[in-house]
Amino acid sequence: MNAAPASAPRIRVRGLRKAFGPKKVLDGIDLDVAPGESLVVIGGSGSGKSVLLKCILGLLPPDSGSILIDGEETTRLSGGERAKVMRKFGMLFQGGALFDSLKVWENVAFGPIQADGMPTHEAKEVALTKLEAVGLTPEVGELKPAELSGGMQKRVSLARAIARQPAIIFFDEPTTGLDPIMADVINDLIVKCVKDLGASTISITHDMASARKIGDRLAMLYQGKLIWQGAVADLDTSGNAFVDQFIHGRAEGPITMAVRK
Amino acid sequence: MTIPLVTVLGRMTLAFLGMTGSIAMFAGRAISHCVRPPFYRTQILRQMLEIGYYSLPVVGLTAIFTGMVLALQSYTGFARFSAESAIPNVVVVSLTRELGPVLAGLMVAGRVGAAMAAELGTMRVTEQIDALTTLSTEPFKYLVAPRLIAAVLTLPLLVMVADAIGILGGYLVGVYKLGFNEQTYLRNTVDFLQVQDVVSGLVKAAVFGFIIALMGCYHGYNSRGGAQGVGAATTNAVVSASMLMLVSNYFITELFFAR
Ligand SMILES: Nc1ncnc2c1ncn2[C@@H]1O[C@H](COP(=O)(O)OP(=O)(O)OP(=O)(O)O)[C@@H](O)[C@H]1O
Ligand SMILES: [Mg+2]
Repeated sequence: MNAAPASAPRIRVRGLRKAFGPKKVLDGIDLDVAPGESLVVIGGSGSGKSVLLKCILGLLPPDSGSILIDGEETTRLSGGERAKVMRKFGMLFQGGALFDSLKVWENVAFGPIQADGMPTHEAKEVALTKLEAVGLTPEVGELKPAELSGGMQKRVSLARAIARQPAIIFFDEPTTGLDPIMADVINDLIVKCVKDLGASTISITHDMASARKIGDRLAMLYQGKLIWQGAVADLDTSGNAFVDQFIHGRAEGPITMAVRK
Repeated sequence: MTIPLVTVLGRMTLAFLGMTGSIAMFAGRAISHCVRPPFYRTQILRQMLEIGYYSLPVVGLTAIFTGMVLALQSYTGFARFSAESAIPNVVVVSLTRELGPVLAGLMVAGRVGAAMAAELGTMRVTEQIDALTTLSTEPFKYLVAPRLIAAVLTLPLLVMVADAIGILGGYLVGVYKLGFNEQTYLRNTVDFLQVQDVVSGLVKAAVFGFIIALMGCYHGYNSRGGAQGVGAATTNAVVSASMLMLVSNYFITELFFAR
């Protein structure tokens, strides 16, 4: 395992555990993300990647362990303090999670207007700029989320996640369901976010091309633990059989799927 | 294997106590957000429109026919004792004290309580409530508090309208079907009516509004398990709100009228 980055980490997770009933989903996670660093988390479907992000965000209470955001312990915060910490975060949910009672642009402008008190017309400008950045026209901004395709919803959700210029952004499968060209546009956008905003990001993806493009470092989650962490450049020479099997998408290997033969 | 009755009863009691506790905690948290700024005024207005204005047709129709049938039924009963002159009194007192708030409450529970549970339930299972949190917006403040405030404010207004329409229904039947003199009917209505009748009805309405919104939000907010979970939340919201309303109705009545 690589040594933790020298500068104080934006996110430091130690001994994080989370179980649902008898099912241990996270079983002692140690993780550091430095300022301006982009970490990619890979792992099989159902391995707990989304749960990991939700624990760090405080949406799911961890069973034990500590989560430090800029050095501040966040596992036992009150509502008001939580809202303040949330100001640092942007999150792209795996399912989009757009507010279906609001128009597309209102979704993107929601954070600036409701949480930061930005005047509506100003926030609308911001929203339209962000929508443009993800390849959506102002006309789309006037529609309701239910009138968009799955890929368009994902892009709106991405625009909403970055609208407040957060310092930490989580992308849960940002390119799933997009065509290869749009996926690459989104990859570029994520890279740009990290460069322009100096944001730290954690991205979850099954798309190895995307992982190589957006990630500085990569971690693999398997059976509740991060079994490998390292620079993306070292991915092909990791010497880890699990990682090798995953990145080449082979059915044969140490990871066995729970499917009936 | 048979489970002893005591075990079953014990389990049910525990489940009931647990549920009561979690509803009380939910209510406490919700109320604490109702009294602290910021207030989402547009949300409150939107909910008031939904609860008040859009419920008017349903509640109005219920009220007018209830007023009409009250007049008709009391006539067939009272005629036996030559007590027909008490009809306006019976109509107005039953409506303002009981039937206005209870029927309006039940109608609104079916319309609005169900809608609240379904909307919040869908937002829960599609992670929209989580998304609110990540946008630094407290879901209790943005979703629950406006619904509670709007329901408590709007239901009394709705019940006032229902009372008026119900009395009109009684008047129509009294005058055009049962042959009452217009002036006499109106005078009897007004003379017998006491402030306490109306006030107790409006207090009931405010309490019912709170119960409807609380049950709708509680079941919606805590729903899980996809479309099926949202369906169950909707049913539970309507059933529990209706039962709680009828129980609390008795106790409020006792508070006002028991000597
Ligand atoms: N709220 C919950 N209640 C109970 N179990 C849950 C809950 N959320 C997640 N799980 C369980 O935790 C495990 C991990 O779920 P998670 O959504 O993190 O998977 P994932 O790695 O994101 O998978 P995918 O790549 O398919 O999105 C799953 O087995 C799931 O059944
Ligand atoms: Mg996931």
